[in-house]
Amino acid sequence: MKKNKVIVFQCIIIPLLFLKTTILFSQDFLSSGKVTGNTQIDAQYYSEDSKLGITDSSLNYKKFGMNGFANLIYTNGNFSAGARIEGFLNPMLGFDSRFEGIGVPYWFAKYKAGDLEMTAGHFYEQFGSGLILRSWEEWTLGYDNNIYGFNAHFSPYKGVMLKGLTGVQRYFWEPYENSNRGIVRGVDGNFFLNEMFGAMNESKTRIELGGSFVSKYEKVPQITYTNEMDSLAINAGDTVLWKIKKTYQLNLPYNVGSWAARANVALGGFNLYFEYAEKGNDPNATNSYIFKKGKAMYSTLSYSQKGLGIFLASKWIDNMSYKSKLSESGNPPMLDINYLPAISKEHQYSLATLYPYATQPNGEFGFQGQIIYTIPKNSTLGGKYGTTVSFNYSMARSIEKDTIISAVTGTQAGSDGYETKFFSVGDLTFYQDFNILLEKKVSSAFKFKAAFYNQEYNKHVIEDEIFDDKDIVKANIGVLDMTWKFDARNSLRMELQGLWTEEDDGDWAALMLEYNVSPKWFFAVQDEYNYGNPTEDKQVHYYNLSFGYTQESNRISLRYGRQRDGLLCVGGVCRYVPASTGLTLTITSSF
Amino acid sequence: MKKLIGFAIAMIFATTIVAQTESKATFKLPAVDIQNVNGAPFNTKDIKNGGKPVIITFWATWCKPCIKEHDAINEVYNDWAKETGVKMYSISIDNARSSKQVLPLVNGKGWDFEVLLDPNGDFKRAMNVNVPPHTFIVNGNGEVVWQHVGYLDGDEAEYIKVVKKLLKGETIN
Repeated sequence: MKKNKVIVFQCIIIPLLFLKTTILFSQDFLSSGKVTGNTQIDAQYYSEDSKLGITDSSLNYKKFGMNGFANLIYTNGNFSAGARIEGFLNPMLGFDSRFEGIGVPYWFAKYKAGDLEMTAGHFYEQFGSGLILRSWEEWTLGYDNNIYGFNAHFSPYKGVMLKGLTGVQRYFWEPYENSNRGIVRGVDGNFFLNEMFGAMNESKTRIELGGSFVSKYEKVPQITYTNEMDSLAINAGDTVLWKIKKTYQLNLPYNVGSWAARANVALGGFNLYFEYAEKGNDPNATNSYIFKKGKAMYSTLSYSQKGLGIFLASKWIDNMSYKSKLSESGNPPMLDINYLPAISKEHQYSLATLYPYATQPNGEFGFQGQIIYTIPKNSTLGGKYGTTVSFNYSMARSIEKDTIISAVTGTQAGSDGYETKFFSVGDLTFYQDFNILLEKKVSSAFKFKAAFYNQEYNKHVIEDEIFDDKDIVKANIGVLDMTWKFDARNSLRMELQGLWTEEDDGDWAALMLEYNVSPKWFFAVQDEYNYGNPTEDKQVHYYNLSFGYTQESNRISLRYGRQRDGLLCVGGVCRYVPASTGLTLTITSSF
Repeated sequence: MKKLIGFAIAMIFATTIVAQTESKATFKLPAVDIQNVNGAPFNTKDIKNGGKPVIITFWATWCKPCIKEHDAINEVYNDWAKETGVKMYSISIDNARSSKQVLPLVNGKGWDFEVLLDPNGDFKRAMNVNVPPHTFIVNGNGEVVWQHVGYLDGDEAEYIKVVKKLLKGETIN
């Protein structure tokens, strides 16, 4: 009996007590923590539309598309963990069919102990402006190049931040294998001198320096080229034709390294940022397998004081596509290790975004200048409420290239591809945009914005990767955006837009009326009419009816009509949408 | 012996239930490393207003309703600050493409509130923001007590109403 009691005690009571402490611990841990999250569901029902050439078969009989996600983050003091569930059933129009499915492509656990923060799982990170490393996501674009691995942030001293990471990137739903992508490793240091050195604490000049190194390891594929040569030989009096066949294999690097250095100096109203990056030889599908090194420079300078802002930016990029799988290229962009910012301004009005610019990673020079000036209140020009005027100019051009052809491959592949001088500017315009925006509040009940844009868009370069000047769209765009406020809650907004061009789809006109009842309701009607399309059948009205309801952080909106692809902003929220005809339901919520 | 086991089980359940009853409707502002408007390091735990309420709003230079919201708030911001002591932090989620344009835009527009940069969306993700504009109101203890998505003309009146309720110690919602 006594022995039995001991056994019972050992086998039941001890584990129970142990269990109890575990439960108590986990309960305590859970109860003092907090779960937050957000979710978004976009559901579309597609109709056939002969005007847009949409039929059941062009839709692949996918009458219904739904993209949705739910994010959950658990936070308890210095610990946090989270996951994102994503579902594409089926993916909405404009999203790659390889996204089809449901799963958890992102989860993490993060802990901060003193000056060290560790993340295990999936994470997003950016070194400097991202020229050699940036992982990020944009749900509405379907873009996600998160890194799955380990990330550490360590601040050993005031003003110093060191980062280190290793991992593999997301590729749709495919699990990592060493044959389908490489491994990314990187370190970064950021040094804010004013905090590091006591003597500089009070200095008006604020200096920040940084540097990073990133490397990619990939089990490279074998890429071969075969040359055939004829050879005549005389054998026993007969002429014999020999074929000499030689096979060459590209000596692809397993490791591709890159580094970047940056500085940010602020003094009074001035702020200067400069970053330079280089990448080792990285033959890949985007650069047609050339062995040249990559280079990039990005710098900005701004001066501002109250009522005046001036901004200048320039960049020069050569052969900087950097992906964790060398044979990956094209759309949708996947496995990007770095980020090359487009230098043009991102516009707010729909017709001004009809011809948007995207960076050309194989080589471009870009420049941007902007002035924002607010004419003070109670002056002749400024009126009672002040008037804001903004000018912006941006351009992107080719860089000079002297092509090298490899004797073995007969193309640029396998050679350095071309020669170029750092900061050289070529003759070919990729994109140019001059615009002016006037914002004026006339009275407490009426305000307006007026804008004019002159854009030049090299369609061949931006859409087809053909580097010539045979398909350049020159467009003028005018916008008038007026708001009447009837009382504290009710307002009406009207947008009039026109786009005039001799090229591409010709002229467009757009009208939008939006009635808002703050803080909950909006109703909108919108029509974009491509009245100048040279093909009469394509003179389409892109009409839309929409309404939305907001209750604090919940928002439900319903839209019926035709949507051309582009940036959509109605009823207070902006996002990118693909082309479609039909009914769209969007639910977003945060908690 | 059975009693002992029974007692142990009962204890476990009792303490479990006690631990579960506590719940909060708010959440603490997360501490995330982002940047001030000059690009220098800034941690969001330093979003403070001496025990008074704070408004946090997420925006971007390319977001039309956000600019509208900011212009509307800027017109009344000094009156709000005088009347209630409220402070606003406006978080730009512009990425490397446009984050350096934020400072000249803010000054050019003459906006008076604090502006911070979140160029890779770290704070945006920690706060579960889907799309801008998204506005939060934080009480004097650093807890988020109210949030709102989108901006319609006149919405700013709601923000200050919530701030005044907080100052009077009334419950939100």
